Amino acid sequence: MYDFAYHRPKTMAEATAALKGKPEARPMSGGMTLIPTLKQRLAKPSDVVDLNGIKELAGIKVDGSGVTVGAMTRHADVASSADVKGAIPALADLAGHIGDPAVRNRGTMGGSVANNDPAADYPAAVLGLDATVTTTSRTIKADDFFKGLFETALEDGELITSITFPKAEKAGYMKFPNPASRYAMVGVFVAKTAGGVRVAVTGAGPCVFRVKAMEDALARNFSADAIKDIKVPADGLNSDIHGSAEYRAHLVTVMARRAVDQANK
Amino acid sequence: MTINVAMTVNGKAASGKVEARTLLVQFLREHLGLTGTHVGCDTSQCGACVVHLDGKSIKSCTILAVQAEGGKVTTIEGLAESAEKLHPMQEAFRENHALQCGFCTPGMVMSAIDMVKRHNYQLDEATVRRELEGNLCRCTGYHNIVKAILAAAPAMKSAGV
Ligand SMILES: Cc1cc2nc3c(=O)[nH]c(=O)nc-3n(C[C@H](O)[C@H](O)[C@H](O)COP(=O)(O)OP(=O)(O)OC[C@H]3O[C@@H](n4cnc5c(N)ncnc54)[C@H](O)[C@@H]3O)c2cc1C
Ligand code: FES
Ligand code: FES
Repeated sequence: MYDFAYHRPKTMAEATAALKGKPEARPMSGGMTLIPTLKQRLAKPSDVVDLNGIKELAGIKVDGSGVTVGAMTRHADVASSADVKGAIPALADLAGHIGDPAVRNRGTMGGSVANNDPAADYPAAVLGLDATVTTTSRTIKADDFFKGLFETALEDGELITSITFPKAEKAGYMKFPNPASRYAMVGVFVAKTAGGVRVAVTGAGPCVFRVKAMEDALARNFSADAIKDIKVPADGLNSDIHGSAEYRAHLVTVMARRAVDQANK
Repeated sequence: MTINVAMTVNGKAASGKVEARTLLVQFLREHLGLTGTHVGCDTSQCGACVVHLDGKSIKSCTILAVQAEGGKVTTIEGLAESAEKLHPMQEAFRENHALQCGFCTPGMVMSAIDMVKRHNYQLDEATVRRELEGNLCRCTGYHNIVKAILAAAPAMKSAGV
C-alpha cells in the first residue's frame, strides 16, 4: 500500500473541507473495498478521509412512509434492525447476506452504494425500491444514480449522507452468491411499490439494471409464473471464470421467480 | 505520514508510532509481537486475521491501525485465563480435533466466540456453517470445527464467558 495523509473528521463539514481541492483524496467508510484496493496498489490516494468518526452519518430512522439509513450504518446493523425488519423485511434480509459476519461488522451502506460494484447487493435494493440518495449537496433518485461500471452520479468530493427507501407493498430479494466471496453472481430485487412493480438485477451486467418486460408482466399478475418465460438477452452481460453471460442470463429469470415467491410469502 | 496510536490490547495499554497505511494486523504482529493473528490472503476473504474490536469480530487485515485508536482489541493471545486454563472455545477445538495445520485456527476461534455470543449461546449446525462463511480452512473440511463450536456454546454459557 502506498502511504497517504490520514484525516479523521468529526463532522460532515470537516470531511467536506478535508476533501476540497484535492482531486486525489478519497473518503473511507467501512474500508472493506477501499483497503483491499489500496493493498493491491490499484489506487494511490493522496489523502484518506475516514468517515468513521462522524456520528451524524450512522443510524436508522423509520416513519410511516419508509426507512432512512445513514451512510455509515454497517450492514450488520441494517440486518438486525427491528425497525428495518418491520418496515422492509427484504432490505434487512439482503443486508444479512452480504459477505460474511466480519465484513458486515465494518462495511456500510454508503460505501457500498457509492462504490457501485457490479456484483454488490445494495444497488439492487436502491433501484428496486425506488430509493433516494441524499448527498452533501442534493438528492438523487435511484434511476439517475447508477451510471455504469463502478460509476455513479456522484461528483468529486460529493458524499452520500443517507438513503431513503420508501415502504413497498411487497418486496423480495434473491441472489445466487459466488461461493467464495458471497458477492452476487446474479441477484434480483422485486418490489411492488406505490409507483408500480420494479425489478432490479445486480451481478449480471456491468451495472445494476431494470427489466421492463418482467415489471409489466408482474404488474398484471404478481406471481412467479407470470415471468417464467421472460428471458433477458445474454448480450453485454458479464462473462468471467465464475460463469458465462448465457449462464447469468438464465440465472436472472430463476432468481427473479424466487424473489417474487419470497415477496409473496 | 507517521501517527501515534494508543489502544487497549488484551486488557493492556498498547501504543506506538505507525504509518497511516499500517494495518491493524501489522501493528499487532510487527509492533506488539502478537503473532497469533495470521494473514492468510490479500483479498480480505480468508478470516485468518479475525480479532475483536470493541467486542465485534473484524478482519484486522482490512482496517488501519489508526482506526483502532482508543479501541479495545482482543486477539487469540488474550483468551486463555492462564497457560493451564484455555478459553472454552479453545478447549473445544482441542477436544474435537478441530485443527490440523492450525493456520486458520486463531481466526476461527475469534469468529466462533463472536458467533456464539451473537446467537445468545444457542446455535444449530446450519447456523454455524453459514456463519463460518468468512473463515477458510484448507485442512479440516470444517466438520470438526462445526462440532467444536456446537460443543463450546453451552460450555461458554456455563463458564460465564
Ligand atoms: C470478503 C468480502 C466479501 C464481500 N461480499 C459482499 C457481498 O456479498 N455483497 C456486497 O454487496 N458486498 C460485498 N462486499 C463489499 C462490502 O459490502 C463493502 O462494505 C462495500 O463494498 C463497501 O462499503 P465500505 O463501507 O466498506 O466502503 P469503503 O471501502 O470504505 O469505500 C468504498 C468506495 O466508496 C467511497 N465512499 C465510501 N463512503 C462514501 C460516502 N459516504 N460517500 C461517497 N463515497 C464514499 C470510497 O472512497 C471508496 O471508493 C464484500 C467485501 C469483502 C471484503
Ligand atoms: S488475512 Fe485473509 S481475511 Fe484477513
Ligand atoms: S487447520 Fe489448516 S487451514 Fe485450517
